[in-house]
Amino acid sequence: MKKSLPPLVLLVVLVLFPLVVRDNYYQHLMILFLMWVVIGSGWNLIAGYTGQVSFGDAAFFGTGAYAAGLLSMHLGISAWWGMALGGFAAVAIGLPFGWICFRMRGAYFALATLALNEVMRNAATIAEGFTGGMVGILLMPTFVSKIPYYYIALALAAASIACVRIIASAKLGYYFVSIREDQDAAESLGIDTHFYKMVSLAFAAFWTGMAGTLYMNYMGFIDPSVVFSLHDISIMAILVGIVGGVGTVYGPAVGAFVMIAVQEFFRSGFFGFFQGLGDMTGISAFLSLSGLLKQGHVLGFGILVIVVILFLPNGIVGDWEKIRRKVFRLRPTGEGA
Amino acid sequence: MAFFRVESLVKYFGGLAAVNNVTFDVGQGEILGLIGPNGSGKTTIFNMITGYHRPTSGRVLFKAREIHRLPTFRICKLGIGRTFQVVKPLGRMTVLDNVIAAAYSRAGTTREAREHAQRTLEFCGMAPVRDQLAKSLPIAGRKRLEIARAMATRPDLLLLDETAAGLNPTELVAAIDLIRKIRDGGTTIIIIEHIMHVIMTISDRIHAINFGQTIAEGTPREVAADKAVIEAYLGKDYA
Repeated sequence: MKKSLPPLVLLVVLVLFPLVVRDNYYQHLMILFLMWVVIGSGWNLIAGYTGQVSFGDAAFFGTGAYAAGLLSMHLGISAWWGMALGGFAAVAIGLPFGWICFRMRGAYFALATLALNEVMRNAATIAEGFTGGMVGILLMPTFVSKIPYYYIALALAAASIACVRIIASAKLGYYFVSIREDQDAAESLGIDTHFYKMVSLAFAAFWTGMAGTLYMNYMGFIDPSVVFSLHDISIMAILVGIVGGVGTVYGPAVGAFVMIAVQEFFRSGFFGFFQGLGDMTGISAFLSLSGLLKQGHVLGFGILVIVVILFLPNGIVGDWEKIRRKVFRLRPTGEGA
Repeated sequence: MAFFRVESLVKYFGGLAAVNNVTFDVGQGEILGLIGPNGSGKTTIFNMITGYHRPTSGRVLFKAREIHRLPTFRICKLGIGRTFQVVKPLGRMTVLDNVIAAAYSRAGTTREAREHAQRTLEFCGMAPVRDQLAKSLPIAGRKRLEIARAMATRPDLLLLDETAAGLNPTELVAAIDLIRKIRDGGTTIIIIEHIMHVIMTISDRIHAINFGQTIAEGTPREVAADKAVIEAYLGKDYA
């Protein structure tokens, strides 16, 4: 019970957040953060628990987003219906792909997911009559306020984490981790590794697709280069997973928070620090530095990943004990927790 | 009909005949020793029995059923467990979790799997280390974990691939005791072993192969006296 207390406290804080913080900008960031929790949780299931690293999460994210957008565009129904279908649309893409590509192991499978990502992006671009091609899909937003989106995102994030948590302590979790640790050994223990990899991929695709439908509804605009983006979606999903801690229930939540924070830190030019410094001192070098930093959030990701891989190979959650010891100089096991 | 039978088994890797026309039976409750010099095809036979390799020709029959075309996990569910010569612990899982993962193959619920895994660990004498990570075990522990994991799938036939290799004399005695205990529990065993002391003491029968072909079969005493076996192990001068 001790262990479930901090997440519950956090959940309460998150429920109260938009009531306390009225600023649109921070609400927007929190919605993005929650969306990334959902994507990260999905990626974590297939890559973190089952060990089948995916470089192509955007394929599922974009499928979810397009499922919602296309329903609205062609049938004229609310894109929220897409939330019911978007996850399953992503599963429908994921299962045949997995059935074929799970014959490959390790890096070969990862390359196949990368290919899936590109195939989906190109398909969405080329099929102009159906998807609108590069023009994309534009929807009128349902709500003016960000608060309804926030709570929908929060519900999705909480559900995805609950899903991972339940799976992790059940037969599926044991089977997924067994496959990650040694696929041949897992087979000899009566585990149909091909089947369970597909199950894992189905869950991952479902949650990633759900995040996609949320994106469509919230942002109101999608085009192939946005939702099937390799570096903004697929790579970001990997970073969220690795920074937070692969194969841990709460890793993606922590990873999503850190990544969104780092991204915004750079995008805003260290919260306008150098901009202000430039204005104050009149030295133009500070202004151009600020301009560079705003475009350089990817550099921040790079540095962060290097630091994490060097010092926290199991991610922030996976190496939490190490962080406690090093930073807080506490004794290793959880006294007073 | 034999409990378990390997019939005219052949396996080619490219042009190399790794296993060439091997036939043997195993009766229920028996311990069959499979011996032969390095590279003679013993592990390949195990890999064919458990579905990791498809035989080039020949059949594997278990409880009157052809199993050589089945996938590995299904062979496990039919009741054949195996250990790996090059141990494959699920490293970042605890010893208990390793065995729970195996126990699920015969359990409906997590509680059943957990209880069965606990009993299996006690049976194999691994209860004291159950909360250690599998990768932190020394080699004797890893070999024993292989057995515990295979036993948790409740096999009727257990294939042991050099589970005594690399053990010190004390650990060896313990390993022999465990194998006997498993047989007394009603499990049939085929064992590959290089340590003659082990194979001679526990086998009911021994099947010897060299270059993928059968060279002798019989009781331990008969096989130890067999000219072809002595030649295979020690060279022509001693035969």
